[in-house]
Order: sequence, then structure tokens, then C-alpha cells
Amino acid sequence: MPLSNEDIVKLKEKAWSIRRMIIQTTIWAGGGHVGGALSQTDILAALYFHYMKIDPKNPGLEDRDRLVLSKGHGGIGLAVVLAEAGYYKDELLKDFNHTGSSFGMHLDKLKVPGVDASTGSLGHGLSISVGLALGAKLKKASWRTYCILGDGECGEGSIWEAAMAAKHFNLDNLIGFLDRNMLCIDGETEKVMALEPLTDKWKSFGWNTISIDGHDFAQIGDAIEKAKAFTGGPTMIIARTVKGKGVEYMEGKAAWHYGGLDSGMAEKALASIDRAYGKA
Amino acid sequence: MAETGLTYTVYDADHMTQAEIYGAVLTRLGGERPDIVALTADLAKSTKIGKFGEKYPERFFNVGIAEQNLFGVGAGLALAGFTPFISTFAVFTSLRAAEQVRTDICYQKLNCKIIATHSGVSFGQAGTTHHCTEDISVMRSFAGMTVIVPADGIETAKAVAACCDWEGPVYIRIGRGFEPRCYENDQYDFQIGKSIQMADGSDLTVIACGPSVQHAVEAAKVLKAEAGLSVRVLNMHTIKPIDKDAIISAVHDTRRIITAEDHSTIGGLGTSVAEVIAETGKSCLLRKLGIPDQFAIVGYPDDLYNHYKIDADGIIEAANAIMGTELEADEDWEDEF
Ligand SMILES: Cc1ncc(C[n+]2csc(CCOP(=O)(O)OP(=O)(O)O)c2C)c(N)n1
Repeated sequence: MPLSNEDIVKLKEKAWSIRRMIIQTTIWAGGGHVGGALSQTDILAALYFHYMKIDPKNPGLEDRDRLVLSKGHGGIGLAVVLAEAGYYKDELLKDFNHTGSSFGMHLDKLKVPGVDASTGSLGHGLSISVGLALGAKLKKASWRTYCILGDGECGEGSIWEAAMAAKHFNLDNLIGFLDRNMLCIDGETEKVMALEPLTDKWKSFGWNTISIDGHDFAQIGDAIEKAKAFTGGPTMIIARTVKGKGVEYMEGKAAWHYGGLDSGMAEKALASIDRAYGKA
Repeated sequence: MAETGLTYTVYDADHMTQAEIYGAVLTRLGGERPDIVALTADLAKSTKIGKFGEKYPERFFNVGIAEQNLFGVGAGLALAGFTPFISTFAVFTSLRAAEQVRTDICYQKLNCKIIATHSGVSFGQAGTTHHCTEDISVMRSFAGMTVIVPADGIETAKAVAACCDWEGPVYIRIGRGFEPRCYENDQYDFQIGKSIQMADGSDLTVIACGPSVQHAVEAAKVLKAEAGLSVRVLNMHTIKPIDKDAIISAVHDTRRIITAEDHSTIGGLGTSVAEVIAETGKSCLLRKLGIPDQFAIVGYPDDLYNHYKIDADGIIEAANAIMGTELEADEDWEDEF
């Protein structure tokens, strides 16, 4: 069933508040991977607030859907989503990155409820996801594994080892999202190490591929529905996104991969997000 | 031959990170040596190797986020007769690409110079995925690898210049940010494999590397003033080949040794020193300060150095404890068996 207009309105509200909270947490943390956290936001919002079977009161629920944030530096964004979903209180984020906190830049599964795998070293998450999906098949369980990849991250050879395995084992319970924001740290992916034709690469590895606008909830929803219905292999949803989405001065800028915000910049960022959602 | 007397002034050392100094030195060396090429994996900005790339784009290769490929490509360039400088974070160098470094570079005795940044817990807030408290242990176990841990920015400049003329693979580990300055100027003799005595003493020796050197120097001053202790401080900037003579002299002269490092207590400087002590056959008390057998907590580097007792406070505490411990005579052991 496609997302209804009401669903979309609800998800937009969530995305608005997640984006604001990412800025707020970046201030508390003294800096953060704000660009990539903002580009993945709508995908995470659709998954956690509509599609994934989860129980924030019972993070270990056996039958829950799993999500592996393979681009683990998006941890600041996932931490906000998990707070918003009710795994823990927002206030805990005030200590993000501080000495002794449970929250570092890259989330630790043993310390943060709701995190399904500790990530941060790029190129690991898809292999872990293959293992999870294989485990679900072995158990004849119906839960799915979602994996969020960075585009720059696809430079890692291990991603392609996992890609081959996912098809080999015909893991139709594994759904990947590729956050195709066209940037890594040192600049544009196509200049640093060209990835294109990227969709063809996934196709040639035997994956079902779907290309969408990663900031359009109707398209995100539609892609997830199709991926869930697809049998016989894994699906990669290649989501065109904008790094820094929602904060005008960050959008499309590699320099905002990681950054700190003074109060003036933070205010501008929040105002920009409010404008984008017609809240100003 | 690369000049080692560098123009790195106290101003530079105070205003540039170790990595920035590395980038500047490498760029200068690039002008003198057309055989130098530089490689990174999407960390040109973070490791500052990109400075070389700005000046010599045709000799600079960014392979994207692919560390195993990075070190393999570096090996190939060395086989083709170049002197590759290769930089990414320490964890991705020593763990992700460990086999490429061992088998492609060390096994073939290739002239690759690996400058790894963000070592130890210097990228404290990033957590375990970005900490690297195992690299000294891993790298020193590779046959033929030279392992250097500069104490500060000035020493980083000297080490980078010195490794150019040192035959074979070299691993230099530096931190992330503004490590404390240890040297007043660059007027001292830096030789790979030769430790530097920062202070002489007869009661106790502190052997340190990296940011712990400055902490040890401070601790020695406090221990002198407050406890009247005479503390020798050795900057063991080269972990391999290690300066055995300096360690043996310390055993002989002081009988009490503390090691301090931003690294696991397993396999790093402390273990290297312990190996030398054990082979002397002489009794000596040893305390190894470092990250214990745990994944470190998240936090600011200075807080973590304090938490894990590898800063001046921690060294002072360990010094007082070790001074209160007697060296047991062999007969005293009888009742323990
Ligand atoms: C194995 C590994 N190499 C390098 C890094 C350092 N690093 C962190 S984020 C990043 C760039 C990631 O780019 P991309 O995957 O495109 O993510 P996004 O643009 O969505 O933030 C790099 C190189 C890392 N975390 N892991």
C-alpha cells in the first residue's frame, strides 16, 4: 500500500524535528558529521516511523527488523532518530561526544539501545547485514535487514564481496539504501574515485535496483514496498540525496561532511530547516 | 640527501598540528626528491598529505575509500622505483590493510613510508572504530618494519625527513590534533633507533613515546620538587629497532622503570621494554602505563589520558607506587611456592 497523504505529512513532521535535533546535538557535541546525517534523514524517518517492525520499549525484540548503518559516521543522525522513536530520552544526547558518554560519533551497540550493529569503519555493514539476513533465513524468521550505505563507502572492496554474497544466497530479506549524495570527504565521488555507472554495478552483481529521489517520501515508500515484494535476491535502493539537506548553506558542500556550529551558524541552520518545512 | 635541520620554529610547532607539519615537510621534500609520490584513501584533508597533492598533483593519488587497495597500489609504485608516502588513519592502516602492509610492502622489503594519523585515543570522541591502540603491536611484529612515534610536531618533522633516507618500510604514528609541544626548538640530534634523554635521574626511569613524553617530563619536575625524586626520562621515539643500550643503562642505574604510551599495554612500548629487561637477566621493577585490555571509552583525548593514567598525574601516581615497592631478594620467594 502506498503511503497516504496523512502518512507523508506525519513523516515530514518527523523529518523536520529530526533535522532540528541533529543541529541541536551537533551544538551539544561540539561538532558532528552533520552533512551525511542530514542526507540520510528521510530514509531513516520512513523506515523507523512507518516501515520497520520495532518496539522501542523492547529493543531486543527477537522478531524486530534490523537496521545496520554501514555509513556509521551518520551515527549522530541515527541517535536522534532512536531518541525520537522512544528508545531513550532526548536529554541523553546532551552528552553526545563528551567524555564518558554512551554516545560517541560512531554508535556503540553495547551502549546505545536500538542500535543493531556497531559501525564506523566503512565497508563493514553490508557483510554484517548479509550475516543477519542469512540468520533470519536459517531461523525461518520473517524479519528483514535494512542496510544504509554511503556512496563513497562503495569504494571499499568489502562492499562488493558482500554484494556478491547477498546475491549468491538470494537474500530477498535484505534491503539496502545507497545514500547517493555524490560527496565523500575529499570532494565529489566522481572526482575522487569515480563510482558511475553505479546502478549498473549493483545490477551486474545480481541485485534488484530501484532509483529514487531520497528526499521524496512517496518514492521512498514505493521503493520499500517494491523491495519487500521482490523475491529471489536482494534489493538496492539508490537514493539520490543532497548532503546537508535542509540547511541551505550546507547543501551539496563537502566541507560540511563534519563541522562545528557557533550560535550564529546554528540559528541560521535551524531557521533554514524551519523554512524548508514551511514552519518559519 | 634530505636535509634534516628543518625550519620548524616554536611558532610552527605551537600553531600547527603534527599532521599539518607532516604535510608541510612532505611538500618540501617533494621539491627535492622527484622519486616521492603520495597516496591516500579519501583522507587527503584529514591527514594533510593533501598539501603535497596541491603542489604536485601529478605525483599524488587518492584511491577513494579503499585502504587495502591503497597499500597495494603503494607497493606497486615502490616496485616501479618510487618512494611512496602513504597516509590514512592508524586504525585503517594497521588493521584494515594489515596484510597488504605485511605481505605486499614488508615481505618485498619495499621502500614505503607510512605516516598514520589519529593514532591511540587521539580521536577520542570518535570511539573504538577510530581509536587505534594496537598499531605499535601489529606493526612492530612485521619483519623489517621500522616503527617511529614522534613526541611532538618538531619531532614529526625530523622523523619524516629522516625516514626518506632510511632503507625499507617505515611506520610513523602521529595523533590527531594539538599534542603538547615537547621540544623548545629543533636543535637536537634525531636518529632513528636512538632514544633521547629528556632528563637524567638515578631513582627511577620513565620511558615514554608520543604525547606521553611531555607528560613524563612534567611528572619528573613535579616528582623532583615534591618528593625529591631523581627521575630519568627517555623519549623512546623509535619502538623498532629499540634502543637496547638506553634501556639496559636504565635498568642498571635506576632499577625501576615506568613506561607510558597512548597504546594498549599489550604489545607496544611497554612490552618492547619488558622484552629487553627480561633478556638482561637483571631484576628490575616495571610498570606499564597505557590503555588496559579494554576498548577505551569515548572522550576528549586529554580526559582519556587522565582517565587511563598516562598523563603527568598518572605517571606521578605510578612513580610513588613503584618507589614504595621493594625489589625482592630471591630468598623471599620461597613462601610463595
Ligand atoms: C574504513 C574507513 N576509511 C575511512 C574512514 C573515514 N571516513 C569517514 S566518513 C568518510 C567519507 C564517507 O563518505 P560517504 O560514504 O559518501 O558518506 P556520506 O557522504 O554520506 O557522509 C571517510 C573517508 C572510515 N570511517 N572508515
